Amino acid sequence: MIAGARLAGSRRASGVAGVVLTGFCSALAAGLLIMLLGYVTVQGFGALNPAFITHLPHPVGIPDGGIANGIVGTIIIVGIAVLIAVPVGVLTGLYLAIYGRGIAAELVRFMAEVLSGVPSIAIGLFAYTVFVKPFAHFSAFSASFAFAVLMLPLMIRTSEEAIRGVPTAIREGALALGLPDYGGVLHVVLPAARPLIVTGVLLAIARVTGETAPLLFTAFGSQFWELNPANPMAVLALQIFTYAISPYDEWHRQAWGGALLLILAVLVLNIGARMALSGRTKKS
Amino acid sequence: MQQTIVVAKNESRPTTDVALSARSVSAWYGSKLAIRDITLDFRRHSITALMGPSGCGKTTFLRCLNRLHESALGAKTSGEVLLDGMDIYDPDVNPVVTRRRIGMVFQRPNPFPTMSILENVTSGPRYTSMATQPRELMEMAETALRRAALFDEVKDKLHAPALSLSGGQQQRLCIARALAVKPEVLLMDEPTSALDPLSTLKIEELMEALAAEFTVVIVTHNLQQAARVSHYAAFMLGDEHRVGSVVEYDATQQIFTHPKDKRTEDYITGRFG
Repeated sequence: MIAGARLAGSRRASGVAGVVLTGFCSALAAGLLIMLLGYVTVQGFGALNPAFITHLPHPVGIPDGGIANGIVGTIIIVGIAVLIAVPVGVLTGLYLAIYGRGIAAELVRFMAEVLSGVPSIAIGLFAYTVFVKPFAHFSAFSASFAFAVLMLPLMIRTSEEAIRGVPTAIREGALALGLPDYGGVLHVVLPAARPLIVTGVLLAIARVTGETAPLLFTAFGSQFWELNPANPMAVLALQIFTYAISPYDEWHRQAWGGALLLILAVLVLNIGARMALSGRTKKS
Repeated sequence: MQQTIVVAKNESRPTTDVALSARSVSAWYGSKLAIRDITLDFRRHSITALMGPSGCGKTTFLRCLNRLHESALGAKTSGEVLLDGMDIYDPDVNPVVTRRRIGMVFQRPNPFPTMSILENVTSGPRYTSMATQPRELMEMAETALRRAALFDEVKDKLHAPALSLSGGQQQRLCIARALAVKPEVLLMDEPTSALDPLSTLKIEELMEALAAEFTVVIVTHNLQQAARVSHYAAFMLGDEHRVGSVVEYDATQQIFTHPKDKRTEDYITGRFG
């Protein structure tokens, strides 16, 4: 009886210790994010004003400089990356989910996994070798290419899972109606997988929007309005980097402002991804 | 310990006209033989039940009848299936077009999840270019929904999501969807096994009506259902290697009252399975 009671006591103690430990770590993890958000907000909020998001960068000492070209550049570069990565990623996911079997499919899956672990700076170097060096010219497009390579493994994985999640019976239902295979995939399977694929796209965008390393030797940055993807282009993340390592207080403030904008953008993308998912469950 | 099974009041119909005919059909999953050498006739405008214990190859055989079996990776088929005398496995025959003539209803209702009720019914005609005009599609949808005894329940909410229907309604929607492409044969793979008794009853009543216009083949491991709805019945059984074949085929009345094979008798009297 006494031994049993002691055992029960020690069990309870270790149970309590477990709850405390896991709870503490969870609070630490959540706390770090809150601290980070709070710090960036405090530092960056002062820099946020209409001029900041509508003006071009000004030289040090001239007030009302902004990062408008970086915002637009980010949208252009990420946009082109999406146009490349989404079709390739979704079609690869479709192959893996429905048609691919055996060694070929395993190889593709393995490659995608390896690719997702390649450091972004290495992917940037690759983009430099392929698209910058031969033309002897930095370009926004080379940055888009690097971003597309970064997004691709994510797109492949989420698309494969999304398509795999559509029951075989749904696809067979289309076949049984006399739809050709591509008709069933196009009209039935892909629409059913769409919410999850959209979620994957948004998360992939969120993943690359803050990437800076590959931009250093691809997009390169610019002080001007630049809308042509064949030319060097300003990018928000790159501007933050340049401003942050500069010796000027005014630029430091702008770097924080830019960081706050980036974090807000990623936050919006994540919320969007959640909404795309809940939209899916609402219908059923 | 004998199970009493009520055989349908409707006697076997006199029609002996064969609409669909399987000749020495065998099917594999990879290298695994699933059904061996099945030869069976399906009479026009009648309901033929394929019955037998789980794993005897009923569903595999059914899926050979509209060339759906081969859509799975590594699956293959041999033998002939004659639809009005034409072999649907002939190399010149397009399986996609064949499937429009031989419709199928699945074990679980499988409405297309992103589509409305109306879009589900018209998906066949629309995506096979049978009809494109909204008006024409609407007429086809109404006809199909009426035939599937669903129209009155959904006529005011045709644009509601298909998944908002109950399970039984979803299954009737799937029947309507299959009927909308105007098939000659309707294959039903345990169409009521996922449904409650009331929905089951509705679908069984519906099958009676459908048999007037279509040749119906139903897979079921519910003996009562086979007895209630079918005119003809085939009893299938797997051997020691789980390779299925047909043990006995006859008019339903006959097979339930005077089975010729001992194994059929054992099965329908509930001694195994």
